[in-house]
Amino acid sequence: MIERSPVFDFVSHVVLAIGVVVIAFPVYLTFIASTQTPQEIIQAPMSLVPGSNMIETYRLALFGGETSMGGRVSPVGHMMWVSLVTALIIAIGKIAISLLSAFAIVYFRFPFRSLVFWMIFVTLMLPVEVRIFPTYKVVADLGMLNSYAGLTIPLIASATATFLFRQFFLTVPDELVEAARIDGAGPMRFFKDVLLPLSTTSIAALFVIQFIYGWNQYLWPLLMTSDDSMYPIVMGIKRMFGGGDAANEWNVIMATAILAMVPPALVVLLMQRWFVKGLVDAEK
Amino acid sequence: MGAISLRKVVKRYGTGAAANQVIHGVDAEVSDGEFVVIVGPSGCGKSTLLRMVAGLEEITSGEIAIAGRVVNQLEPAERDIAMVFQNYALYPHMTVFENMAYGLKIARVPMAEIRARVDKAAAILELAPFLARRPRELSGGQRQRVAMGRAIVRQPAVYLFDEPLSNLDAKLRAQTRLEIQKLHRELRTTSLFVTHDQVEAMTLAERMIVMNAGRMEQIGTPDEVYHRPATTFVAAFIGSPPMNLVRGEAQGTGFRSGGQVLSLPAPVPRAGELVLGIRPEHVELGSDVAAGGWPVKVQALEMLGAERLVYGTLGETLFTARLDATARHPAIGDVVNIAARPEHMHWFDAATSMRVGH
Repeated sequence: MIERSPVFDFVSHVVLAIGVVVIAFPVYLTFIASTQTPQEIIQAPMSLVPGSNMIETYRLALFGGETSMGGRVSPVGHMMWVSLVTALIIAIGKIAISLLSAFAIVYFRFPFRSLVFWMIFVTLMLPVEVRIFPTYKVVADLGMLNSYAGLTIPLIASATATFLFRQFFLTVPDELVEAARIDGAGPMRFFKDVLLPLSTTSIAALFVIQFIYGWNQYLWPLLMTSDDSMYPIVMGIKRMFGGGDAANEWNVIMATAILAMVPPALVVLLMQRWFVKGLVDAEK
Repeated sequence: MGAISLRKVVKRYGTGAAANQVIHGVDAEVSDGEFVVIVGPSGCGKSTLLRMVAGLEEITSGEIAIAGRVVNQLEPAERDIAMVFQNYALYPHMTVFENMAYGLKIARVPMAEIRARVDKAAAILELAPFLARRPRELSGGQRQRVAMGRAIVRQPAVYLFDEPLSNLDAKLRAQTRLEIQKLHRELRTTSLFVTHDQVEAMTLAERMIVMNAGRMEQIGTPDEVYHRPATTFVAAFIGSPPMNLVRGEAQGTGFRSGGQVLSLPAPVPRAGELVLGIRPEHVELGSDVAAGGWPVKVQALEMLGAERLVYGTLGETLFTARLDATARHPAIGDVVNIAARPEHMHWFDAATSMRVGH
């Protein structure tokens, strides 16, 4: 395998360090900028130590209000709430639906079973961006524009998660199903008592992925929301760039970016143990 | 309690011309409290038959009754059975207690009674210290006992065992075999036990069913099956090393095989094409090659400790004799005369493989 030598150790640490800098420095810069006053930011070069304006900037970003330069800032707090609700509905909805469809595909014999599976599988090739106009038309006709239903339902169906659960269910030994039948457990009972507990790590891993997926949605909300109260935070960042001559409130924009990063980061940190286990572990 | 009746049970996969029949009309009666072992080579349909009794496979035609009740259309849980699987099939996320209690919980047995029954089963199986553990924290033998415990707490009319010992190492297997025997003496519950291992079959069975290619070859006590095999298949399958089978033309006290006429100590039960079977331990070796004797040329010797196996050829046929290790034995290359007593000779019809005579 790989030889350990001081030179090799040194080189690998250098590579790692470069990686960390490339990833972390922009985040650090964003954070520094969010703690400074607008005047401090536009000075070149920008200071690399935290400024004194942190509390004011974040209060302004979260709750909205007048800026020092006379612009209006709409509250990011509400956008975060919209994003949170959307991401949670998408993540939980995706998991619930794909669990059930994988359960049906693996454990029930119905006509055209494999056709159904392949149809679901083929939709992997049709991400939101590809089907965005027909989807918009459908959502608009159903009167779901500017609503949580419209924000989430078109994104809930998930071939990836269905496929992942199907693969997992296929590894569950048949004898377990048979033992449950002999114990008198019906299909839903088996699902609830045996399959769900066995899938917890996969569910946790998928929750992390899907939460971030839902949180980061940009194009779809951009298209189907026109009401301030339904803007998710990712869209909110974009909308803060003023058009024309208006000066951008860089400190508030940076604070919003940081705020947009915090919840997904928290989800990953809190669920990291299960997440890794779910991806790596085939233990049953 | 639970007698089992199998009446003309047939299993077929697929329909029409592509149908693949794996069980060809099995008839058997297992009386209440009996321990019956189904034994046969792999692919003979023994597991399928057991799974049909359990309700895990549909019955294509025929009838299966448990405790006098036809169960063809009943769900496994309604058949009053419990099954022990080859790989134990324990629920990995449940503790030993929960594993054993799960069926009762679904049947809505009161919690106090569940506790009592599980505790009792755990005491019998010496599982009491492990009730709070999960299956992955147990050894193979302990998991095996949990699987049996799960069957015991249901207090079923019938236990079904699907090769439950084959995942254990040899020592543990012998020990578990004894435990199952002891358990059956205590509980006296009807048991069907499937195995491909003839030692398990002989030691556990009160009666055994020998199956081959989806057909029942013989049903009887281990003694009967060993001493009076009903077909050449049973004769060759049960017993190790297997029975010597010599095909030939029989007439009076002469048996023509492979170009030589062997003389018999007693007249054959019937003239015609027959197969003669002699168990290795019933072969007697003499050194003098007399006229009409059975000359065997010794090809190999195997020393097994208590006994010695002598392999040779009688004409074209491979012939095995089993001698006491201390007995005088021939050397490789010797030609010796063999003989057997008439009561140790088994005769089978060469065309039908069925037993002929006594």
